[in-house]
Amino acid sequence: MKQEPKSRHRYWLDLFGDFGFFIRRNVTGLGYAARMFILVLSRSGSLIQRPRLVSDQILFVGNYSFVIITVSGLFVGFVLGLQGYYTLTRYGSEQALGLLVALSLTRELGPVITALLFAGRAGTSLTAEIGLMKAGEQLSAMEMMAVDPLRRVIAPRLWAGIIAMPILATIFTAVGVMGGYLVGVPLIGVDSGAFWSQMQGGVDLFDDIANGFLKSVVFGIAVTFIALYQGYESKPTPEGVSQATTRTVVLSSLSVLALDFVLTAMMFST
Amino acid sequence: MPSAHLSHLSNSSVVTIEGVDFSYVPGERKILSGLHMEFRRGQVVAVMGGSGCGKTTVLRLIGGQVIAQTGSVKFEGHEVADMSSTQLMQARRRMGMLFQFGALFTDLSVFENVAFPLREHTNLSEELIHDLVLMKLNAVGLRGARDLMPGQISGGMARRVALARAIVLDPPLIMYDEPFAGLDPIGLGVTARLIRNLNDALGATSIIVTHDVEETFEIADYVYFIANGKIGAHGTPDELNHSADPFVRQFLDASPEGPVPFNYPGADLDSDFGLRSK
Repeated sequence: MKQEPKSRHRYWLDLFGDFGFFIRRNVTGLGYAARMFILVLSRSGSLIQRPRLVSDQILFVGNYSFVIITVSGLFVGFVLGLQGYYTLTRYGSEQALGLLVALSLTRELGPVITALLFAGRAGTSLTAEIGLMKAGEQLSAMEMMAVDPLRRVIAPRLWAGIIAMPILATIFTAVGVMGGYLVGVPLIGVDSGAFWSQMQGGVDLFDDIANGFLKSVVFGIAVTFIALYQGYESKPTPEGVSQATTRTVVLSSLSVLALDFVLTAMMFST
Repeated sequence: MPSAHLSHLSNSSVVTIEGVDFSYVPGERKILSGLHMEFRRGQVVAVMGGSGCGKTTVLRLIGGQVIAQTGSVKFEGHEVADMSSTQLMQARRRMGMLFQFGALFTDLSVFENVAFPLREHTNLSEELIHDLVLMKLNAVGLRGARDLMPGQISGGMARRVALARAIVLDPPLIMYDEPFAGLDPIGLGVTARLIRNLNDALGATSIIVTHDVEETFEIADYVYFIANGKIGAHGTPDELNHSADPFVRQFLDASPEGPVPFNYPGADLDSDFGLRSK
């Protein structure tokens, strides 16, 4: 009975120790990732002489995500058309459907949903690819051939992600607008002229389109880097690669949502 | 302080390892302890020992992928640990390394795998790259497999492609990590002769990390045995074949009894199988 206070004391001490370890491990990881990000950027200069390395990766990450982005964009547009019409008719302003669909997509849904889909489709594939390269000693072999894996493998993929994300978000938004049009105009019967003219008059090039574009660039950096970092730092075993792939989806999705809030707040405040 | 066994060596050594201590996690179990080795120009030197004795770590130390906690590792007279990243990259261009499972780039064809170092480090014309790659592939008997992908070739063929890639820049030092593991008898003999012939033709130095005694003793000029992180024995294959050293005999005779324990330390059989009365 006398040992009980001691074990309780020990329990709290262990809990405190575990919490400290958790914080320290994550802060170390964050610092390590930041260092790697700077290293990758500083070693990207040679890509100017070899643009083929980036274009091949754009084809890989961009092209493979194209179908899922297009189909998702279409259905999101359909749903926006239906929900938007239902809400707008309450106020008798269903003519503003085009504006609602366009603003929702350019400012918010286009970049965010594209980034989430991009993380699930291209991000996981990047993590698995890099993780398996590590497990197969391909990265070690590259180092021993005096070729820096950060420059040759990581940098082209990072830039490909940064370039591909805004393009995919633009496609998502454009297809989404078409989806909203198909539901709103031919199906429900909203006036076609009103649909397009309200959109043309209400969507601002800088406040809406440029800000949405900026968001997709930031999401592209975040998602692609998280995917590459997780692959590069994964344990070189099947379990390690599988865990890294899962972490990519979880961390990318949370980062996109958190960054979206921060960016939206900044854009509204200006 | 170089040990006495380095007296067989001349000044023309490509790699010297002196008094090296190494552990992957500082403060924990030492993989290598007080290691002395030297690799002379033009020789095929084998580094042998049981699994997990630190053979591959020796190659990683020479390549600068890991750094020793104490001691010195020199490549062509320069301390590897003191090299800047640029100097290390330049040194690695003068090393070829064959990894245990080939480590071919799975997204590139056989031809592109062998061409990879040339494309990264030279500005040669496409025509010249084509000829050089085919020459190296011809040397390993795989000229006809140039258009195949790594997933379409066997493990032994992948090892030969990796060998062609390792020698495509004609490096003065070629390191082989378990080149004979998992090869069929034909592949074993051919690979062994290939290593010897390539070494002689290129005037290179070869370091073979292996535990395949028969093939290695046929082609090696000098052999180091590593046990418990130290050099257990060393000498020419002929000297070792006639050695009465218990460690050498255990290894050459493939005996579970000897200075190197075969069984991992644990409880005795009786208690594990519940035969001892409680």
